[in-house]
Amino acid sequence: MIKTVLIDDEPLARSIVREYLQAYPEMEILQECNDGFEGVKAIAQHKPDLIFLDIQMPKINGFEMLELIEQPPAVIFTTAFDEYAIKAFEAHAIDYLLKPFSKDRFDKALQKWLAQRQQHDGKSKTMLMPEEVRQPEERNRIVVKEAGNIRIIPVNEIQHIEAYDDYVKIYTAKEMFLKKKTMSFYEQILDPSQFIRVHRSYIMQLSHLTRIEPLEKDTHVALLKSGVRIPLSKTGYSKLKSVLGM
Amino acid sequence: MLQNLSYRKLGIVYLLWCISWIVLQTLALQNTFGFGWETSLKDAVITNVLIAIKGYIMISMMRFYQPHQVTRLGISIALAFLAVFVMEKIAPIVIGQQEDYLAFLERSSFIRGLYCWLMITLVSALSWLWFSIREQQEIEARKTATEKLAREAELSRLRQQLQPHFLFNSLNSISALAGTRPEEARKMIQQLSDFLRGTLKKDDQQLVTLGEELDHLQLYLDIEKVRFGHRLRTHIDRDDVSLGMKLPSLLLQPVVENAIKFGLYDTTGETIIRLMVRTEDNYLVVVVENPFDPGTAQPKQGTGFGLTSVKRRLYLLYARQDLLTTYQEENVFTTQIKIPQSI
Repeated sequence: MIKTVLIDDEPLARSIVREYLQAYPEMEILQECNDGFEGVKAIAQHKPDLIFLDIQMPKINGFEMLELIEQPPAVIFTTAFDEYAIKAFEAHAIDYLLKPFSKDRFDKALQKWLAQRQQHDGKSKTMLMPEEVRQPEERNRIVVKEAGNIRIIPVNEIQHIEAYDDYVKIYTAKEMFLKKKTMSFYEQILDPSQFIRVHRSYIMQLSHLTRIEPLEKDTHVALLKSGVRIPLSKTGYSKLKSVLGM
Repeated sequence: MLQNLSYRKLGIVYLLWCISWIVLQTLALQNTFGFGWETSLKDAVITNVLIAIKGYIMISMMRFYQPHQVTRLGISIALAFLAVFVMEKIAPIVIGQQEDYLAFLERSSFIRGLYCWLMITLVSALSWLWFSIREQQEIEARKTATEKLAREAELSRLRQQLQPHFLFNSLNSISALAGTRPEEARKMIQQLSDFLRGTLKKDDQQLVTLGEELDHLQLYLDIEKVRFGHRLRTHIDRDDVSLGMKLPSLLLQPVVENAIKFGLYDTTGETIIRLMVRTEDNYLVVVVENPFDPGTAQPKQGTGFGLTSVKRRLYLLYARQDLLTTYQEENVFTTQIKIPQSI
């Protein structure tokens, strides 16, 4: 059996996927979810092979939901987004179905995945949502998982981000969140005029900076409002200087 | 047409101006210097016709280019000299060889020149004023026309900002219903068609009654309810007095659409949208409420997705920025619109 989960906030939109899937007896729908929160839980619980995912959904959107999952399953997007937004991730998802879509179009997407799946010995290609995929709208918040709860953090609360093995630590004034992502991911999705990669292991937000202090000859640290000191690499220091117009 | 008329008017003014100076000069010559009226009249006619010709030359020149002040002064002096020179050649021929008149002509050449120069300068100054005022008016008129066009275009664009998202999701719902519940699919096609027809046929600046607007809104709500099923509930409070009030067509739908999106996408449970209508002083007041989660509401979307266009439209129609207000209280987001009556 091939396990699938449907995630869409409109019941009728799910029902059409369910209807189209009836032609594939080997596919089993384990759960239908109304939003990304349910989706995260369902994926953790069922470990599906394939999910059908809407993008605009309550609380967190489809992209944000995928970010919360460490080993995302194969994804077929079902969305009414216009093509402009679609282009952003066109190359990366298995396929995207623009609502309303026909049975033929649906079959094509599914066949494509089934063929890929066979080529890879029953394993689907992992990481179908590469990290460089940007959201269609500008990023003004990020989602994190914390003790089973999903938290939404406005980006302006982020003070700095620190590399930590396979994870990154995201610091706000009061808390720290771990997320399994790379530094370059955040470097790309966050506003580059605000978030500066000042070191191989550090990204800091400009609005939280109070001053830059010399440490030894040629080395500097950035002092944040919270009192935290962030080491600056040579390139990081000059990058910071140029952003500040020094 | 208008331009021709106003040029003709200018011509008449110019002619009257010239004639009145002829009369004045005739009287002056007759009374002060004691010439016969015929001599006085001839002299006045020649002088003033010459001035009129020189003035006309000045005006024509200035219509096509505006020379530097010094150049203009030079030209006007040269024209005055020319006028006096021509005068002294023509007058003895026209008036005849009267000794006292010829002596007068010779003696008065300086004052005559000065007089000619003053008149030419006056005429050219006045005509310059006239041309620049006209040009200003034309610029003004063109600007107003352009602004009006831009405003109309913007209004129509704002009004027709139908969310493609809504349309495609509705079509998807119809597609889903078509397989299992064709009767409901047909009904939804009907509703969607009525809704679209309603948005297409309305004129931008047309005012409709609240009753009509609410009927149109109901079509929209019915479609959204099919899409979101049990998650969406609406309450509409209306009273009979307000139903007859007027408002710009298709104003409420984007506001309610915004409330629904905000409500549905910011909470996961049931969403209740309330719409309340009342009359206050000379205003129709419409209040729309939706739930939201203060903890997770996206900072940028604090005022909602589609309210800026509604605000802009109200500004274009009523030239006021204060007609749309929003406020948040605990977990209720409220949008209030005031529509001035009797405009």
